[in-house]
Amino acid sequence: MSAEQPHLAVIGAGPAGLAAALAAAGRGVHVTLVDSADAVGGQFYRQPTAALRARRPKALHHQWRTWRRIGEALDRHLAAGHITHLPEHHAWCVEKHPDRRRDQRPDRQPNPQPPRRFTVHALLGPEQETPVAVPADAVLLATGGYENVLPFPGWTLPGVVTAGGAQAMLKGALVVPGRAAVVAGTGPLLLPVATGLAAAGVSVAALVESADPKAFVRRAGRLARRPDKLVEGAGFAAELLRRRVRTLVRHTVVEAHGVDRLEAVTVAAIDAQGRVRPGTERRIPCDTLAVGHGMLPHTDLAESLGCRIDGVHVYVDDEQRTDVPGVWAAGETTGIGGAALSLAEGHIAGRSATARLRGREPDSHAWAAAAKSRGALREFFAALSAVYAPPAHWAERVTDDTVVCRCEEVTAGSVREAVGELGAGDLRTVKLLTRAGMGWCQGRMCGAAVAGITGCREGAARRLLARPVPLGVLARAGDAEDPEDTPAG
Amino acid sequence: MNPMELAEADPGPAFTVTLDGRDLSALPGQTVAAALWSAGVRSWRTTRGEGRPRGVFCGIGVCFDCLVTVNDRPNQRACLVTVRPGDVIDTQDGTGHER
Ligand SMILES: Cc1cc2nc3c(=O)[nH]c(=O)nc-3n(C[C@H](O)[C@H](O)[C@H](O)COP(=O)(O)OP(=O)(O)OC[C@H]3O[C@@H](n4cnc5c(N)ncnc54)[C@H](O)[C@@H]3O)c2cc1C
Ligand code: FES
Repeated sequence: MSAEQPHLAVIGAGPAGLAAALAAAGRGVHVTLVDSADAVGGQFYRQPTAALRARRPKALHHQWRTWRRIGEALDRHLAAGHITHLPEHHAWCVEKHPDRRRDQRPDRQPNPQPPRRFTVHALLGPEQETPVAVPADAVLLATGGYENVLPFPGWTLPGVVTAGGAQAMLKGALVVPGRAAVVAGTGPLLLPVATGLAAAGVSVAALVESADPKAFVRRAGRLARRPDKLVEGAGFAAELLRRRVRTLVRHTVVEAHGVDRLEAVTVAAIDAQGRVRPGTERRIPCDTLAVGHGMLPHTDLAESLGCRIDGVHVYVDDEQRTDVPGVWAAGETTGIGGAALSLAEGHIAGRSATARLRGREPDSHAWAAAAKSRGALREFFAALSAVYAPPAHWAERVTDDTVVCRCEEVTAGSVREAVGELGAGDLRTVKLLTRAGMGWCQGRMCGAAVAGITGCREGAARRLLARPVPLGVLARAGDAEDPEDTPAG
Repeated sequence: MNPMELAEADPGPAFTVTLDGRDLSALPGQTVAAALWSAGVRSWRTTRGEGRPRGVFCGIGVCFDCLVTVNDRPNQRACLVTVRPGDVIDTQDGTGHER
């Protein structure tokens, strides 16, 4: 690799990261693709693990042809050495170096290979102990999101899993969580999860959606700009019908029952205000509840870089640039909107980064088609998320003895006490008083719940590190330029 | 139809691992969580405070509910770690350091 060749580190190999990597590598930028998974694809294109040798992986997938195209292009760039893929690399921090080119003292010989502006620090393997440092001139954050699950009595019972988690285990490991499932919560992800589980032999007793899809009709104008998306939704609906999966709309899970594992759930109808209609409760026996209330963006790496966070997602401009020079972001880290939007954003980010790395002003006409698609899809998902909002008053149904923070086992009662009796007025104080959000997951699972229960505004949580890091690794992190640590210098 | 048949998977021969000393069969490439799910096991740790059972929740390495002891190393995320022949898996109490 020549010293002049610009070097882009893409963190996340889902639809956004892959589209960006292909756009940049196709235009002469060297790309290092850093991803914690063992194979590329992210959540949407998650493949069965290679060792399972699935001959029909597409059985559990949508938009397989798009994936084949991406996969083939990626293979070509990997073979040509334009893209380096670092699987099982968990990035925990991106370090931004002061501009050392300008700092160079005149009496020194000019450095023939000036240091890169960024170092991506990662930990290798599932045990995440071996440190790796990846130098780069620019960084693209494409870390996607994770599922939001709001608490309800019984939600910590084994057998209750996130809807996306059930999907991830199914697509990646070809395993199912049980024999009889209820899929519940709100959002478009519930549809592929219910059809996927049913196709894989699980008896899906009900799909319980708290929103009312009829609300779409009222937004028909905006949605009509993406007829393909509407057709996709109708396809899932037909599939559910064919598999005789009962769909209950404007219903919610009230409680999960069981002693040491899930045995049944109680669901009930909700009224226009989001309150349970008395007398509509019904108990459905099941060993699995796949539940989710939409998605939240991963923002930790952006935060540690000092990027502006808008509400809960990373701010980007029309070129997908964050407000930190040299740092781009694309896909669900910049707002939840599905795989097609992630592809469009990634493509734009990759092209913009390529031009800027060469010191050129990019020509946005070059990505006009992707920008058009991005605009329509963002509108579509804005309408969608307005319809698929978790039901109002959900927090009232969380009983005082319900665990809210799964890691530290903090109950809703303690959280309420921190606000009502101890006078906590913001999430940080609630956290300090109750330990909610201080455990292993660093509040990723309880942040939205604590915000809802306390009535405090939810912002992006400030996490210093994106992953738990062994102390020895932190102590050595200063020696980032150690060439032994750099696989792709 | 089960998911292996649906995707026409043809994994290599199964091998043996143990869970609390009991033999389980696992397939190459599976995560510890997938092997446990396939064996019908849904929970493999108890919490530090209340001693409540937990297993997979998020399935993607975010929630840390699936912690387990593998080959005497506690607090491994079962949904991320791949099983290897002969692995000694132990259910985990609390922090996993108190055995
Ligand atoms: C569990 C789950 C299952 C889903 N299943 C579906 C589905 O079946 N159908 C559907 O339409 N939508 C699904 N979604 C929504 C899906 O996230 C989006 O449609 C789409 O995949 C977003 O693309 P992306 O590129 O932004 O992010 P993702 O596809 O999420 O890709 C992000 C990548 O970044 C990696 N990553 C994250 N943080 C780090 C880090 N710190 N270091 C290194 N790598 C990192 C991840 O391993 C991942 O590969 C699912 C979401 C989740 C959370
Ligand atoms: S199930 Fe959440 S980390 Fe493994």
